[in-house]
Amino acid sequence: MSLIEVTDLRKRYRSTTVVDGVSFTIGEGETYGLLGPNGAGKTTTIAMVVGVLARDGGGVRLAGRAHEVTSLATKAMIGYVPQEIALYPDLTARENLAFFGRLYGLAGRDLRRRVDEVLDVTGLSERSREAVSKYSGGMARRLNIAAGLLNRPRLLVLDEPTAGVDPQSRGAILDAVARLAGEGVAVLYTTHYMEEAERLCDRVGILDGGRMRAEGTHRELVSLVGAGDHVLITVDGAAAGAVPALERTPGVTRVDADEARLELLVAESRAVLPLILDAVTGAGCAVRSLEVREPDLEAVFLKLTGRALRD
Amino acid sequence: MLTIIANDLRRRLRDTTLLLYGVVLPLGLAFLFSTVPAGDDGRAREFAARYAVSDPAGEFAGRVLGSLPSVQVRRAASPAEAAGLVEEGKADAAFVVEPGAETPRVIGDVDKPVAVQVAREIAEAYAAERRAARLALLAASPASPASGDVPGTVPGTVPGTGSGTPAGAAEAAAGIARTPAPVSLAADTAVRRQLDTTTYHAAGMAVFFLFFVAVTTVSGIFEERAGGTLARLLAAPVRPRAVLAAKALGGVLVGLACMGVLVVASTLLMGAGWGPPLAVAVLVAACVLAVSGITAAIAVTARGAEQASNRVSAIAMVLGVVGGAFFPVTGLGFAEFAGWLAPHRWFLLGLSDLAGDQSIGAVAVPALVLLGMAAAGGAVALALGGRAAERVMNA
Repeated sequence: MSLIEVTDLRKRYRSTTVVDGVSFTIGEGETYGLLGPNGAGKTTTIAMVVGVLARDGGGVRLAGRAHEVTSLATKAMIGYVPQEIALYPDLTARENLAFFGRLYGLAGRDLRRRVDEVLDVTGLSERSREAVSKYSGGMARRLNIAAGLLNRPRLLVLDEPTAGVDPQSRGAILDAVARLAGEGVAVLYTTHYMEEAERLCDRVGILDGGRMRAEGTHRELVSLVGAGDHVLITVDGAAAGAVPALERTPGVTRVDADEARLELLVAESRAVLPLILDAVTGAGCAVRSLEVREPDLEAVFLKLTGRALRD
Repeated sequence: MLTIIANDLRRRLRDTTLLLYGVVLPLGLAFLFSTVPAGDDGRAREFAARYAVSDPAGEFAGRVLGSLPSVQVRRAASPAEAAGLVEEGKADAAFVVEPGAETPRVIGDVDKPVAVQVAREIAEAYAAERRAARLALLAASPASPASGDVPGTVPGTVPGTGSGTPAGAAEAAAGIARTPAPVSLAADTAVRRQLDTTTYHAAGMAVFFLFFVAVTTVSGIFEERAGGTLARLLAAPVRPRAVLAAKALGGVLVGLACMGVLVVASTLLMGAGWGPPLAVAVLVAACVLAVSGITAAIAVTARGAEQASNRVSAIAMVLGVVGGAFFPVTGLGFAEFAGWLAPHRWFLLGLSDLAGDQSIGAVAVPALVLLGMAAAGGAVALALGGRAAERVMNA
């Protein structure tokens, strides 16, 4: 059963439509990714879902209830992590968390315990009494997420939470999100990093120009591209000698040779790979390297929109 | 809402900019201004003048000038002698009462402008009384001439055009003779309704910098938008109006705190005399609300913190000048008129009135005007606020 149902969401700024009929659902424990380039409408969609921005059309239902800008009960179920480091730099981490916790009705011992918990989850306990202005970018990002977890949300909304952080912090953030989803939290995650969406999300919606271009699991989206895997082989000697044998190999649909390099388009690379190696070595070429590239969301996006994700 | 206010106040307390604009600069500048020689020692002075008078009939010199306190009168035998006394510096001004003239002529010493101005006022008041008396007699007298016999009548007038009786005319003349002198000098001194230099500058600077304190609240909202914390606040289970109300109320409290610190500090450190605490508190509260309302009305038209700050600063400077925050504004034509639109002017007026009358009623009118400014500013801010809030949220 879906925790949140977003239906035909619309937003216009004067003559520009920035969100145009976006719909999706997210179930408990499911991570849903909104993938799209900058300006695709991800943040505006999130703002309407969270209840920060009034929508011009469509509806949002959370746990069966209509969710509006003024719906305090449903807002209390959402943990929101904005794209910016939405913290007060002149306050300490603990002061920031205590303030935001109070907004969700936490107080006294409950508040202190919950602040300790989220500091622990994000690995910031030891520096919790330092002003946020002294934090590194990665630490601030983690604290930004911690503030979104204070109210034990049923729906966690993260707007590009890894923007501008180092790989180590990024990994920690993605692990934390995956852990929360494992605990039953529904996660709405926006990113323009295709790898993050592939790694984290159960389902992905591809957003471009304010419209949902496609939606589904990774497999479902990749199948939209309609092509197989790319197999890249580097050999000793002239690669052209292996082309006739490869063209006769079952499952291989296209072969290109360029000096010592072969590029193949293959329907199911895992099944055909031994046959391909046999064909190459049989043609007298020694294999120096082999790489299999499965179709990714980048390719899907390219096919759907005609441009790359980070254009 | 209280949580948001408390958080804002805590952050403001750590903000050195607020301390600078709210306390240090106004106090420092007030101190500097108050040390500039003002041409007097700032203490109360009673009015006193020396007048010469050439009045052959003696009615003006006796009945009018003789009744005035704080005035020394020296009789002169002729207009030339009276003028000579002024020339010699033995009189500040001279009155010359000439037969047939309605208003005594005033000859003044240019170095005694106040005494000369008072002399002119006395002469004008006397002339007005004579005109009124003549009209009364004309109305009461049926035919007989009465010129020159009755105080207040003028030789050469045409009697007998009234519709009264001889007895009525005599009664009117007697009544006129019994009337008190047409002018009086109150024992109240001007300085009793005037702030001393230290308090004036402390108050002027306090209101001037109050605009800059208020604009930090507005800038703070824009910065919270840019930083994302406003979105986080609005995503929390708190009504959006409560968030904005908390921000506004926090700004008012900060303004009150700054003014409170200034009043106490200027009293203790500089010897300023603001007046009775309750009345001053009413005036300060009204002024803080007025400045907050005006600032909000200006700021809602801005698109960002910098634009809001620039606009408010420009308006604050203009209002500060015309409102008399730096120096008293009198005789400057339109600028003086425009000063009535400035909260500084009303705040200073309220304090001046309080200096003359130590009751809370003395600040009623200025406080009401300031509250009116607050209401007007708030109404404009609310009217334009919808679009501003849209900009804030959509940016």
